[in-house]
Order: sequence, then C-alpha cells, then structure tokens
Amino acid sequence: MKAKVYVTLKPSVLDPQGKAIQHSVESIGFSQIEEVRQGKFFEIALDSSISEVEAKNITERIAKEVLANPVIEDYRVEVEK
Amino acid sequence: MKFGVIVFPGSNCDHDAYHVVSKHVGQPVEFIWHKETDLSDFDALIVPGGFSYGDYLRCGALAKFSPVMQSVKNFAAEGKFVFGICNGFQILCEAGLLDGALLRNRDLHFICDHVNLRVETNESPYTTELETGRVLSIPIAHAEGNYVCDDETFDKLEANKQIIFRYCDENGVVNDKSNPNGARSNIAGICNETRNVLGMMPHPERACEELLGSNDGIDVFKSLTKAITANMEE
Repeated sequence: MKAKVYVTLKPSVLDPQGKAIQHSVESIGFSQIEEVRQGKFFEIALDSSISEVEAKNITERIAKEVLANPVIEDYRVEVEK
Repeated sequence: MKFGVIVFPGSNCDHDAYHVVSKHVGQPVEFIWHKETDLSDFDALIVPGGFSYGDYLRCGALAKFSPVMQSVKNFAAEGKFVFGICNGFQILCEAGLLDGALLRNRDLHFICDHVNLRVETNESPYTTELETGRVLSIPIAHAEGNYVCDDETFDKLEANKQIIFRYCDENGVVNDKSNPNGARSNIAGICNETRNVLGMMPHPERACEELLGSNDGIDVFKSLTKAITANMEE
C-alpha cells in the first residue's frame, strides 16, 4: 500500500521561492505563467496488511502532526493499492 | 539557580549560550542532551541556535519530537523560563509553545548581519533591565526568519504586548526598510501569554562582549537572571 502526501503553502502565505522559479521559467520564454507555488511531496509505503481506510487514517495523522505545519501549510492525502 | 542549554543534533550556538551564562552572567549552567527527560534541576532553559536535524522538513520541525521536548513543555507549563534563540525560536513555534511560524526570508538569502532591534516593552522577564523603546544592536544569522501568523493571532500578540522585539533602524523607527527578512510587522521576538517563554531570531548571546561589536545582549540575560531569582524567592 502506498500513500502520497502533498503539502502546500496556504494561499495567504507568500512564496518567494515560487516567485523566483516563476521568474526563471519566464526567462526561458514561457510568458503564459500566472503563478508558481512550491510545495512538498511525500511517498509513504505502508504495511500491505492494513485496510485502505486504515492507511488513509494513519497517513492523515502523519501529515497533520509531522509533514505539514497547520499554521502555514495545507495538505492532501491519497492512498493507492 | 541553574541554567540548562539544550543540545540537539545540529545545534551550533549551544557553546555561545553556555559561555555567556557562565562567564558574563556568572551562573551555573549545564548542557542537556536532547534525549534527556528529567529537567528538575533547572530554573531556566535555553533552546539555542543552529540547524537541529539539518533543518530537514522545516526548521525545527523534527526537533519537536526529541524526547526532551515533552519535558520542556511541562517545564514551561510550570511557569519556568524557556528562551529560544534563532533555531530555538523556530523549534518553540513548531512545538506550539509560541504562536506563528518562521518562513524563508523575503529575498531568499541567508542573512548574517548586525541589525537594530527596538525593545517593544520591558514588561517581560527578559527585558526588565532594558527600557521600552531602547534600540539594541544584535546580530542575526538565518535564512528562515520571516515571522508569519494569521490576523487573529497578530491582534492577540498586540493586545497582550507579546511582541517583545521589532526590527528597526538606528533611530528606532520601524519600517519596511529596516525589516531584514519580511517578518510580519517587523517582529523579531515574541513571548507566550504567560510571558515565561520567549523566542527571538536575533542572537543576544553573540552580543555580550565589546570585542564582538556590541554588548547590548547581556541585558536580556541579566533580566532573565533577575526573574529567576524572583521566582525562586516566591
């Protein structure tokens, strides 16, 4: 069982790294870019004996308590077999 | 009276803090390895600067899971003093002992420089030996010092006078130009509601000797020492 966690900055939080990336992207000619926001992506391998619901619950807790800081970040969890 | 300096893997300002307490404050001090859980010997803790756990994940994010941190939370809940400097401030925010978070600097650079700080209030155990409005020259050395919090938290910090230090110019004027990292409202240091926990990005422990360009930091440690003495007499 594999879980994926996406951690992104809350919309209200400025992302100067995303801005710098956007400028680089624009400098090589991609003028259609409106915004780049940088985030984090985690892949978590889980014991195959647990159910999908259990895997989702565990991963949600890991995301909330460790991977994301709820003061500045949001997270999204996906579980796949 | 005894100070403790907590040492995480990657702490690197632990010896500076120890030096200042032992040599300039003249009080007993011990290092506390992050695996320790018994803090009953101590009256104040310093969570020092550095790069705990290599800044992996987020600055301070992994240090909050060190065994010592549950004891630090209990220690703070008893009203004892916990002083986080730089990475220590980041750790205390991550651990929920202080409000808000510290993000990458506005211009993305690591900044190592002397900055001016305005003492926003001397009504804290860390600033009684300073005058409100006094301008201190204290060094900063960080890449993630951009303090953020939501509006509700900010209003609470203001209302309770929890903002202790703000970045300013040499005349004490707080403006965008004197803000090195983009921190909200030029915030450089805050305390908790009960005022016994303080976190600040600048390094007062690096400004306790004329030889180092400033000794403005020593009054922070003197204030804290006075507060500990008062606590012990209660």
